[in-house]
Amino acid sequence: MKKLINNPDRVVEEMLEGLVMANNDKIRLLDGENIVIRKEAPVKGKVALVSGGGSGHEPAHAGYVGEGMLDAACAGAVFTSPTPNRIVKAIKAVDGGSGVLLVVKNFAGDVMNFEMAAEMTRSNGTKVSKVTVNDDVSINDVARRRGIAGTVFVHKIAGAKAELGGTLEETQKIAEKVIANVRSMGVALTSCTLPKAGKPTFTLGDGEVELGVGIHGEKGIQRSPLKSADEFANIIVEKLIKDLSLKLQDEVAVMINGLGGTPLMELCIIYRRVAHILQDLGVRIFKSYIGEYMTSLEMAGCSVTFLRLDEEFKKLLLAPANVPAFCCS
Amino acid sequence: MATKAKDIIMALEKMIEAIEDNRVYLDELDRATGDGEHGSNLCRGFQELKKKLLSLEEMCTGDLLVRTGEVLTSNIGGAAGPLYGIAFVNAGRKVLGKAEITKEDISEMLSSALEGVKKIGKAQIGDKTIVDALEPAVNSFREAVNKGQSLRESLGIAVESAKKGAESTTHLEAKKGRASYLGSRTCGCQDPGATSTYLILKAILESCNKTI
Repeated sequence: MKKLINNPDRVVEEMLEGLVMANNDKIRLLDGENIVIRKEAPVKGKVALVSGGGSGHEPAHAGYVGEGMLDAACAGAVFTSPTPNRIVKAIKAVDGGSGVLLVVKNFAGDVMNFEMAAEMTRSNGTKVSKVTVNDDVSINDVARRRGIAGTVFVHKIAGAKAELGGTLEETQKIAEKVIANVRSMGVALTSCTLPKAGKPTFTLGDGEVELGVGIHGEKGIQRSPLKSADEFANIIVEKLIKDLSLKLQDEVAVMINGLGGTPLMELCIIYRRVAHILQDLGVRIFKSYIGEYMTSLEMAGCSVTFLRLDEEFKKLLLAPANVPAFCCS
Repeated sequence: MATKAKDIIMALEKMIEAIEDNRVYLDELDRATGDGEHGSNLCRGFQELKKKLLSLEEMCTGDLLVRTGEVLTSNIGGAAGPLYGIAFVNAGRKVLGKAEITKEDISEMLSSALEGVKKIGKAQIGDKTIVDALEPAVNSFREAVNKGQSLRESLGIAVESAKKGAESTTHLEAKKGRASYLGSRTCGCQDPGATSTYLILKAILESCNKTI
């Protein structure tokens, strides 16, 4: 598979260097490590938000570092959680004295590595809290649900809360409220190829898709025949509406997230159907986000995310943020 | 006959070799239900350990195992990092400061390693994970030692149990980790974590066979 890279062993390093160089007014690399931090960090008196995970999901998470969102993002190897020592370094670098909130996607590796890092820093007296995102409705068992694109809403809303002076408890509470009100589900038309592997993680025939797909190149919950965009939108939206118990007069933010290999054209086509369904249901779309927010290298497909809003969420969603990859206006 | 630090270093060298030799195999196993990187991730950790082996030579048994665990946790990443890390750290903590360890010590170390893995990974036998190879191995080793068998004999029995455990994962449905999202589609593939556990224990046995 052709990739536009140099050395497969250095994709993460070079990617971060490029990202930071392009956004050096907002972010910087920490000590030459695979950790991106807010340029002004530590911001004294503000709760610091630290997140991260495996690489290969760009712009997640380094693209969300900056004023109004994350203070630090730790990048592991492609699709591999970062190690605790790296997370600890990030925490120490951005701790402004008001505590640190870790935003963790619900994958075994992420959960274990971030928890280890939290314990290590707590034993030094740092106030560290943690929230775990589990927005993927394709898995019935809530405790095992993966954290996928909905994580970006946690970064935005909790990040805004912290920026506005929220305490650690308040910031954690609002992050948990976002988690309780956000749901996502994805569909993949292709798999992806890790830089070192040289071959796709799995194969899909021309007429097949994977429904309920994660973001690490693994297969989904079930294989399905290829259907039209509207049919997939119907399937996914039905699940999201049911799981969220969305009803008439609810307000939502909608995110159509490209997984990396799908044209904007197709994301807009999916959005069209999603918007029609919500319109018919009498659910108001307050704000829409169409683009690539949490990818899986060049996997073709998308995920749909609904965040049910209240007045506080709306305010924080629109609060200013100055990060490489999230537009607030 | 007691085990000394230098014996542990030899065992670590064998483990590093085993992981390097089986990197592609472990990646392939992982490709079936994950992202195909289990071997590569372990390799990263064990190769970092290789670089540090010289510095470990000055340490005594428990301390060097704790340090091994720390190096692995800091370099493997993913789920395997913390799991293998805590296994070695817990094992080492049982015998901190000891210049020589007995087979009874090793039995306790293995039990503590398993306890750590189960505590943070929250897996049980049958979940299709490291535990499916490690728990039978730990139990077999303890039983053999209690019956008075030698270190080498006990290790041999433990490795055989680990092998059977790893092979048994082929027919299991994954209940933990990334594979668990795939449900019954995981049946028919041997678990990479259980397999690497078997390979690591086998490396310990091979090293033991060389020294005695």
